[in-house]
Amino acid sequence: MNLKYSRRSFLGTSLFAGASTLMASRLALANAPTDARFVFVLLRGALDGLSAVPPVGDPEYAALRGQIALARNGEGAALPLEGPFGLHPALKFLHDSYAAKELAVLPAIASPYRERSHFDAQNVLESGDLRPHGSTSGWINRALTALPAGKSREAGVALGANVPLAMRGPAEVASWSPTKVAALDDATLARITDLYARDPLLSRRLAEALESDAIASEAQTAADAESADVAMAMTATKPETVVERDAKAKRNYNARYAETARAAAGFLKREDGPRVAMFDTTGWDTHANEGGAQGQLALRLRGLDAAMAALKESLGPVWRHTVVLVATEFGRTAAINGTRGTDHGTGAAAFLLGGAVAGGRVLADWPGLARSSLLDARDLKPTRDLRTVMKGVLRDHLGVPAAALDSKVFPDSAGARPMDGLIRA
Amino acid sequence: MTPTRKDTAAAIAANRFGLGARPGELAGVARDPPGWLARQLQGSAPVLTGEGLRPSAETLARVLELRKQVAAERREKKDSSDDAAQVAAALKLPAVYRPVYIDEAHARFAHSITTERPFLERLTQFWTNHFAVSIDKIAVLGLAGAMEREAIRPRVTGHFTDLLLAVEKHPAMLLYLDNQASIGPNSRAARFVGRRGKGRKAGINENLAREILELHTLGVDGGYSQSDVTTFAQAISGWSIGGQDNSRKLARLGVDNGTPGEFLFREVFHEPGAKRLLGKSYADDGLRQGEAILRDLSMRRETARHVCTKLARHFVADDPPPAVVERMTHAWLDSKAHLPTVYRALIESPETWEQSFAKFKTPADYIYSAYRALGIPLRDKRRSLQAFEALGQRNLMPGSPAGWPDTSADWDGSSGLLKRVAWADAVAQRMGDARNARDLAPQLLGATLSEETAKAIGRAESGSQALTLLLASPEFMRR
Repeated sequence: MNLKYSRRSFLGTSLFAGASTLMASRLALANAPTDARFVFVLLRGALDGLSAVPPVGDPEYAALRGQIALARNGEGAALPLEGPFGLHPALKFLHDSYAAKELAVLPAIASPYRERSHFDAQNVLESGDLRPHGSTSGWINRALTALPAGKSREAGVALGANVPLAMRGPAEVASWSPTKVAALDDATLARITDLYARDPLLSRRLAEALESDAIASEAQTAADAESADVAMAMTATKPETVVERDAKAKRNYNARYAETARAAAGFLKREDGPRVAMFDTTGWDTHANEGGAQGQLALRLRGLDAAMAALKESLGPVWRHTVVLVATEFGRTAAINGTRGTDHGTGAAAFLLGGAVAGGRVLADWPGLARSSLLDARDLKPTRDLRTVMKGVLRDHLGVPAAALDSKVFPDSAGARPMDGLIRA
Repeated sequence: MTPTRKDTAAAIAANRFGLGARPGELAGVARDPPGWLARQLQGSAPVLTGEGLRPSAETLARVLELRKQVAAERREKKDSSDDAAQVAAALKLPAVYRPVYIDEAHARFAHSITTERPFLERLTQFWTNHFAVSIDKIAVLGLAGAMEREAIRPRVTGHFTDLLLAVEKHPAMLLYLDNQASIGPNSRAARFVGRRGKGRKAGINENLAREILELHTLGVDGGYSQSDVTTFAQAISGWSIGGQDNSRKLARLGVDNGTPGEFLFREVFHEPGAKRLLGKSYADDGLRQGEAILRDLSMRRETARHVCTKLARHFVADDPPPAVVERMTHAWLDSKAHLPTVYRALIESPETWEQSFAKFKTPADYIYSAYRALGIPLRDKRRSLQAFEALGQRNLMPGSPAGWPDTSADWDGSSGLLKRVAWADAVAQRMGDARNARDLAPQLLGATLSEETAKAIGRAESGSQALTLLLASPEFMRR
């Protein structure tokens, strides 16, 4: 393929210029409400909250968790938080953020959904509706449209080839993932643009694509190189040693998350760029051989941790205006199952991270793991509605009018009052 | 001039129900578009051929043999640590499985772009996606393709019940949804482990049971409860695979370890006792208990409605007309889930033929149809498969047991569109002047070709740009 790099090198230059503009105007923007950045990280497959935020001080924890229980002390022990709680040892950056008061930990939390289907649960979490498939648009998108005029112009960006439900709706949202679009020459693109003139969907999508391509950061080049490496790793046939391959797999896994986070930062830190980003991760459905301090889940948590560190680093000064919500569709069973994993449960864990978060706290009304306290005698009982956190962030961070939150953004949710004090004053 | 329905029917049959027209094909289809589809359902599906294809049991037996070697080495080194990740790493599983996966994916791709029964192939791949196993779980990387060949392909023109039974017993499905090691709490094996294991507990894994009810049969609103899931999981505890490495311990129970890599009902894992599910009792009948439940599930109205809705969504529209779903559901229940009867209810529904371009192509649809349209020659296996990855739909990797999603909003993202256009351009440059887009366009799109697209192709500045415009056109993005 004959790659033409002209557009990319042009982009590189303009971005460099953009970055210095940002530096110059940063102070001027510091107190403006439009400075707020919001990132939603969705962990599809149901993160095991009792491993991510292990209640190592709960008297029932060790027995319920058997071989995957994390220790309180010694090698591979949970990193200490307040009360009975710890953090999984793979979450080192998050733990540092907790110490720096930039992380709030939310155990025993759940969306209003109470069944155990991944797909319906994700649908409820993303749509903001009470019923699965009750809406074809998402809560983030509707929140964007509820912003006062002038702010709503800001588009969101979804990381991935397509737009996930949480970001779908009337507000303009582009999707972005590494593209070898440099192969297309401008004359052909112009003709395709003409050809799409009578097709509203395709003309809108093409315009969004070219727009987000035009504001993609240097991270694109890095991400391209990375995705090529991942592709090679998947299809390589050359024999490798186990150690080499294992190390490479981990590196690729973590690097891919981190590069996606860097790409998100590239968009978000631009003064004229989107204010909201979402990225999707999968692979959290640990029914078998979940692992403890090491293993399957630990690998994924390390990737998530590295991505959050990369996001902070790449956002630079914009980090202090940023809130990241990390959430999953539901929790997993309190006890391990017959295959050293956990099945679908209810109470989950979520995180609020960022320079704008009033952190350093575990926000828990801990129900405990005693059998009589479990939901259906199997799941951690949720004591907090995830929507109260989403609403608190939308209201106090992005400035979404409170009136819109109870009906438009989260239909029929007046009972779930926005949480106060999540955002640093 | 607006084309009449009769004019557009041939293009709809070939592009929406098939995998994309090939040059010259539409003229034959146009004589009787529904008949062209119906004839493809006659007789069983062709056996997939290709270099390197082998039975899943053979592949799995190789892996089990390796696993034994690793275990022996660990015993020699007196390494008694119980780290599953270490065992997995020592197995070199990807090295065994990756070439198998590439052979499978390539054979399927080669068949999809050449088959003269494309409706049958689309149905086959619909079922593979309905019963999705995803190769991002390394345990099924070398087995997912074989599951389609062994469990699905031979039953696409049979009864749903047989398809369901074959899929749920296939080692790929058992491994993907963790049933092979699910052990009833009161089974003989559980009692044995309880006596001997150092604090280890054997137990049920309810993953497969839940997804059968939620995804494969009744559907999430199909009226089952958590206790139905648990009971069903107990009923299919023991549905496992022969030759697995825990045999040494179980040998002490005097247990048959089966044929390596084949389905095995492990009676010692099975939770004893009668089970009550969805208001019906099932006697303690070993393997037949779970089979009876699956048979009953396949005949339930909820299952018929759930699966027919998915079929209609796949072929007719993102929001399928209720009348079509209704007719198909009746056909299902009246014919005891005879699939060709259900397919015929679909293609005989007039709503099916009314609207052109009701579906936005998935990346795989897009790639198949472009290869068929231009007669693009396949290159070496790995390179040919890279297009699927580049456009966001790696073969057999939907990422979850729900399979790939099936509506426009799931696929029409801006980045995805740009990638398609960029890929189309690369393909067009590769084909260059070897294909004439102006001649091809009416042959591929028939009466559904718009004046605008025809004009844009006619005015292109080069043969390859004309091909790019054809493949990037709104008509070619949809089916």
